[in-house]
Amino acid sequence: MKIAVLIKQVPDTETKIRIKADGSGIETDGIKYIISPYDEFAVEEAIRTKEKNAGSEVTVISLGPDRCVESIRTALAMGCDKAVHVQDGGQDFDSFQTATLLSQIIKNQGFEVVFTGKQALDKDSGQVTQMIAELLNWPQVTVVEKIEWQGNVAKVTRRVAGGAKEVYEVQLPALLAAETGLNTPRYASLPGIMKAKSKPVEKLNAADLLAGATAKVTLSNYRLPPEKAPGRILQGELDKTIPELVKLLREEAKII
Amino acid sequence: MSNVLILAEHENGRVKKSAHELLNIGQKLASQIGGQVEAMVIGQGLNDLIQDLGSFGAKKVYAVENAQLTKYNTVGFAKALAASVEQAKPSIVLVSASPLGKDLLPRVAAKLGSGLANDVTDLKINNGKLLATRPVYSGKALVDVTFNTDLQLASVRPNSFGAGEPQSGQTAQMVPVAVDLGTLPAMMKELVQGKSDRPDLTEAEMIVSGGRSLKSADNFKILFELADVIGASVGASRAAVDSGYAPHDMQVGQTGKVVNPKLYIACGISGAIQHLAGMRNSKVIVAINKDPEAPIFTKADYGIVADLFQAVPLLTTEFKKLLQG
Repeated sequence: MKIAVLIKQVPDTETKIRIKADGSGIETDGIKYIISPYDEFAVEEAIRTKEKNAGSEVTVISLGPDRCVESIRTALAMGCDKAVHVQDGGQDFDSFQTATLLSQIIKNQGFEVVFTGKQALDKDSGQVTQMIAELLNWPQVTVVEKIEWQGNVAKVTRRVAGGAKEVYEVQLPALLAAETGLNTPRYASLPGIMKAKSKPVEKLNAADLLAGATAKVTLSNYRLPPEKAPGRILQGELDKTIPELVKLLREEAKII
Repeated sequence: MSNVLILAEHENGRVKKSAHELLNIGQKLASQIGGQVEAMVIGQGLNDLIQDLGSFGAKKVYAVENAQLTKYNTVGFAKALAASVEQAKPSIVLVSASPLGKDLLPRVAAKLGSGLANDVTDLKINNGKLLATRPVYSGKALVDVTFNTDLQLASVRPNSFGAGEPQSGQTAQMVPVAVDLGTLPAMMKELVQGKSDRPDLTEAEMIVSGGRSLKSADNFKILFELADVIGASVGASRAAVDSGYAPHDMQVGQTGKVVNPKLYIACGISGAIQHLAGMRNSKVIVAINKDPEAPIFTKADYGIVADLFQAVPLLTTEFKKLLQG
């Protein structure tokens, strides 16, 4: 099985976000970067799929600046076989452009199954998977929490509202986007880290793969959400504070 | 045309509340661009829904009646939605940022070559074009989205706008839409219903949430008792989920669900930055925690420094007195 996994490098989830003075984005100084957590589930699932299907190969693909090679190496150390780094040339692409250029690689290199996270924890757009699926005319399943393989058919469970689940049978080729709970990502072992250093990383230029796609949306005016006024700690014994809380929720907050 | 077209989701023969919300905001946007709000529905047995959509402001309802679309199917729904858009020619399309909406709309955007803002919390008209605001970095920042295409698509986070009231005497005209589905890959085989009939966390108006201090899955029952009294859903912090006290679909936070309720009661949750990112949009936050230094208190509107095992049952009793007389 020819497997691809799409990953994005994002700020560590513990990062305190600061905004550039002109609102064009976030300050990147001193940020620690990680593989986006949902993409990490995708990497793990890609490797597990390879392990279950003899003769399979996993290629990790990432679009980004030079620093994202670090995350590519992490995925290689976990067990991916090779990598494609799509160099962004300092340009910021919208989801449609990103989907266009990634779909070109998927088509050109003949992948049969593509894993990725349900959204990247930076812009949180959650749309690249579906756009690639449409551009390739493949089926997709997003928010995937379970995958069982029966030959080339994937039985895929997707999490929907209120604890309900939808179960699909998907013929390959297909795109599957991971949700929390799909698996527990492995740590890269020391031999894995050593081996990763000699695994091939192909370099491609994003601009060469755009196929004329222009940005459909423009993002601007990044800002921090308005801070709430400091709250009130209700002082005293519970037999006073609890009725006081309920009264405040009804009369002041008008919630209950 | 400068109409706003909304996708009306429905369940068990009833229009979902999210559709009423979309009609409300859609109507406001449409009036600013000199158009009207219209709806579309997909599935079978749609006639009964038209009246309801009309009373909430839809002037026309585009109906894709198709036996193959009684269950959700991404490719089929994308074709149906695209066909409705081609027929209705709106300038703005709104769907709910529900599990269905978030799965579907990006596919439609790619199909129609139009811009999309997913999971927005605010919508305005600026110079005749849509200006959407959405949270990024899991709610730690906001960004504005403007469109470079004439057709503008957005999915709207539930509870971001009110639902409005139905008006008697307002009716909608039904417009059937024909669509050629072809062969559909990835058919849904089974819909496994959730164990609870509580609203999903992402749609809940009230949430009672517990952290690692709950100490066991069994202890979550005190949160469920409180939730039952006020009609809330129950959530959990990542620490509680990782400790096995609650399932993944209850997790609120950066790698769990980002929630938007009117009331969020955090019980025994210290408030890691990832958790705060997931619940900070809650309109009113109540924190109950033993540790007065817990970061959750900096985000809470009302705080009680106490052991949750004492405070929560008392709170349940007090709400009961208020609500059940």
